[in-house]
Amino acid sequence: MILIKCPYCGERDQSEFANGGEAHIIRPKNPESLSDKDWGEYVFYRNNPKGIFYERWVHTHGCKKWFNAVRNTSTDQILKVYKVNEKRPDLSEFQNTLKSPSGEPSVGSGNFAVKK
Amino acid sequence: MVLLIVKKKYSIGSILKNSLSNNENWGKMWRSPNPKKHYDVIIVGGGGHGLGTAYYLAKHHGIKNIAVIEKGWLGSGNTGRNTTIIRSNYLWDESAYLYDHAVKLWENLSEDLNYNMMFSQRGVLNLAHNEHDIKEIKRRVSANRLNGLDTMWLDKNEVKDLVPIMNTDNLRYPVLGAAYQPRGGVARHDAVAWGYAMRADELGVDIIQNCEVKGIKTDNYKVEGVETTKGFIKSKKIGVVASGHTSVLAATAGVRLPLQSRPLQALVSEPIKPVINTVVMSNAVHAYVSQSDKGELVIGAGTDGYNSFTQRGGYDVIEETVRAIVELYPIFGKMKMLRQWGGIVDICPDASPIISKCDVEGLYFNCGWGTGGFKATPGSANVFAHTIAKDEPHKINAPFALSRFSDGRLIDEHGAAAVAH
Repeated sequence: MILIKCPYCGERDQSEFANGGEAHIIRPKNPESLSDKDWGEYVFYRNNPKGIFYERWVHTHGCKKWFNAVRNTSTDQILKVYKVNEKRPDLSEFQNTLKSPSGEPSVGSGNFAVKK
Repeated sequence: MVLLIVKKKYSIGSILKNSLSNNENWGKMWRSPNPKKHYDVIIVGGGGHGLGTAYYLAKHHGIKNIAVIEKGWLGSGNTGRNTTIIRSNYLWDESAYLYDHAVKLWENLSEDLNYNMMFSQRGVLNLAHNEHDIKEIKRRVSANRLNGLDTMWLDKNEVKDLVPIMNTDNLRYPVLGAAYQPRGGVARHDAVAWGYAMRADELGVDIIQNCEVKGIKTDNYKVEGVETTKGFIKSKKIGVVASGHTSVLAATAGVRLPLQSRPLQALVSEPIKPVINTVVMSNAVHAYVSQSDKGELVIGAGTDGYNSFTQRGGYDVIEETVRAIVELYPIFGKMKMLRQWGGIVDICPDASPIISKCDVEGLYFNCGWGTGGFKATPGSANVFAHTIAKDEPHKINAPFALSRFSDGRLIDEHGAAAVAH
């Protein structure tokens, strides 16, 4: 269970929200010169990091407003919530707790098959 | 004669022999060697798909110097975290061929591996709850029949005959009919991993558990090997079959994959006497259920609604799932649930897998199985082994190439999935 602090309504249960996938995706500025591969990248490819992830949420069962969040996908800890018109926080603000790209965090992974 | 029977790892003879020593002397099913410095092929991921790939590489393609590297223990990922449903009633030709290739292999797998998969072809029902469902499901039944699959349409009374405990009328979305595939069913998930592991090991495959691959090393678009917690291991061919973690590993080799990783939950009830002898799935009421041989109900539904690598998932998803189950089967209303877990599934934009080469020479991916990889285990492993050995896809997995996300030849199976993604 995740508690999300909506920038407009305050802290609510995650089930009130819907996730909108990766944040800060910009539509290509020069669509006519894009190759099929570039279009494929824009339409289908999204980052899928284990660790720090910039994502969009919408408070569907509340104010219905969109906002952005930074979450650690290896622990589900929400590190920062900010409005869509605010600047994207720099990655250096957050600490990635994983020792290797596919490693397990010491708390919160739920994967008990892996020896820490 | 007796000697011959005892020589096999599992036979009446070996059971008799081991019963004499209180069953304390059964040997290990596979070795646990230290990794060598170099392998011809390295498979990253010791689940059913990965172990099966190693088995078919060794058995059909004559490659003996193979390692399977697993971060935890064998089958501790999604192979041990699914609801074991097997079927091939997919809409599009490409998927029907791929998944039915798997079902055909399932049918002989216990014999092939001489290890009981407990494969039970008890049939799979996909319920229709509204006019749109009926049209969509009948279309799928017709498509399946054109592809030679044994799917058929059942009306409400036929469904009720098969599953008498189902509440077909007194619910918001009444049951109006169903697609039925009698060859579908369930199998024992652990047995798949262990069976493949044991036979691959006998063919000389090194199975290395509790060893995490930290990165894939490449040089000028060629793979060189993998960096692991047990040191660097060289190989010119690497097959990544790491489900939810595949895109994370791909990134270490500079490869981007169109995958999103999400938790998919399942839960198991206390054991009860047999009440349901088939597998029932419902898209609109959104849950699926079957009963294990132990008597537990095995229940699942959709993924959690956000990317995550935590193998737990949220309670609201369980609540929704159980609500659907109780609506369809009021008899389960007072049952207790014993266990719940989440597996990290990698979902493709078109809900079909990727079994493909990539821009890096010697690097192969078998991923994107999303919420339905277990059913495909033997078929997936079989064609992936072919892809790695020949450096070109088998005709069955050729359409499942990574290139479809730039040339647009998607295989859109959102509608055919067990439940909506």
